[in-house]
Amino acid sequence: MNTQTFFDRVVEATPGGERLSRCLQCGSCGGSCPSGADMDHTPRGIFALLDGGFEEDVLSSNTPWYCVSCYACTTRCPQQIPITDIMYTLKQMAIHRGHYEHPHAAKFSEPFIGFVEQRGRSFEAGLATRYHLFHRPRDFFQPMQFFKMGMMGANMMRHNRLPLRPKTIRELDELQAILNEAKAIADQEVYA
Amino acid sequence: MTKKTYAYYPGCSLQHGNHAYGVSTEAVARQLDIELVEIDDWNCCGATEYMSINRLPAYALIARNLARAANENGEHDLVVPCSACFLNLHKTDKQMKEFPEWSEKINRSLAAGNLQYEPGTIKVRHWLEAITTDFGSDNLKTRVKRPLYGLKLAPYYGCLVARPDSVFDSTEQPTVMDDMLAALGAEVTTDFSLKTFCCGGHMTQISEETALGMIHQIIHNAVQAGADAIVTLCPMCQLNLDVYQGYANNLFETDYEMPIMFFTQVIGLAMGLSPKELGVGQEFVSMQPAIKKIQDVPPPKPKSERRPKQALPMPVMPE
Ligand code: SF4
Ligand code: SF4
Repeated sequence: MNTQTFFDRVVEATPGGERLSRCLQCGSCGGSCPSGADMDHTPRGIFALLDGGFEEDVLSSNTPWYCVSCYACTTRCPQQIPITDIMYTLKQMAIHRGHYEHPHAAKFSEPFIGFVEQRGRSFEAGLATRYHLFHRPRDFFQPMQFFKMGMMGANMMRHNRLPLRPKTIRELDELQAILNEAKAIADQEVYA
Repeated sequence: MTKKTYAYYPGCSLQHGNHAYGVSTEAVARQLDIELVEIDDWNCCGATEYMSINRLPAYALIARNLARAANENGEHDLVVPCSACFLNLHKTDKQMKEFPEWSEKINRSLAAGNLQYEPGTIKVRHWLEAITTDFGSDNLKTRVKRPLYGLKLAPYYGCLVARPDSVFDSTEQPTVMDDMLAALGAEVTTDFSLKTFCCGGHMTQISEETALGMIHQIIHNAVQAGADAIVTLCPMCQLNLDVYQGYANNLFETDYEMPIMFFTQVIGLAMGLSPKELGVGQEFVSMQPAIKKIQDVPPPKPKSERRPKQALPMPVMPE
């Protein structure tokens, strides 16, 4: 059983994460964040919770999922805290521990990654789900959403932008060997 | 000028949803005597998705491309047109240098595929940087066959070229693309303050309202700045601002029709290439009205705005 605190685990899993202990709670990050208004807690708030050890609150908040990796906070943080990378760590931990409450976001990342792992190629991020939904509409429950997606699909087709199946790279075995090894190392040394 | 050669990482989105960027990139490279040698058997960079699930495989995925580029083409810089791919490749190289313990783990993973990567071997550069810095806007000016007189453009940099490691320009107020567009004869907006605001990235898939809000703000700002088109350097930005523009209009009850052009398409037009050669027509919001605005003679210079005569006098120091 891991005896490290939640804070320490986050620090360890993030390159440069040790700087997190320098947070001034100045709020420059939240003020710079384009989706800050829709987050449960701003990045600053998340770091206060982290400091207090509120693991459940942090990992079940929508904040990491609403982070779009724009790096506005990271460049402006007066303490050089790698905020965007910490958001990635929190997403990874939420998925890893299985108690994330925004399956929507993970559901989107997963088909994208499926393509990457099985083919070595994918689409641009905005198209992967679209493709997925187009080809597996039974996964899709809300009729209104489906209608909208269908409309967009037709438009994409008209503009010659509907994604075809992504190509497969030649040395897929090489890539998969690398990814499997990386996953094994991550399990043993990063999330242990 | 001698032919310049780069290793080239096109990235997935140039093959699919945004081949207009790929086509115009290649057309412009030919015009400028730049040779782009595609990395053999490159793989997806994982966008922002792989990193959200598991960090080490995400790095390894990216590093496989770096290792392959270094093996094949180590003496040349690696040029990347997509901002997200650029960020991933550049950042992985940089972090491997900065964090040897991560570098070691990444290399142990690569070894499973008989690859190795020594951080710093390859210099990763965005395509805009290669054109504006190596080739140079002044040089570009000498190649212009059809100056873009009469066209007012809003240079939109988005996030990942300006941040986090502002490699070749300011993080808050980048200007390289402004200068480049001016060199092509276009008028450049001076008050497009959201030039580095986020387009929303994959947010359309997570919270559509948040995403449409961001998209709408950017387009609204460009409209207010008087732009005929927004110029972008990233396929993800193009997709969001173009494909979702109609949805943003619906939500905010506006009727904006702001074309979103790739900077390579703009350069190509100024070099006299036809819109067709530049993949024009793939966009949702047509570029034709903007292209039609290009005229043969430079527009008259606006009169400089002097203080009107009836304005209050400047305060003077008492004698
Ligand atoms: S900007 Fe940096 S120092 Fe300020 S609250 Fe955010 S993380 Fe802390
Ligand atoms: S990187 Fe994420 S947390 Fe930081 S400002 Fe951008 S969206 Fe907000």
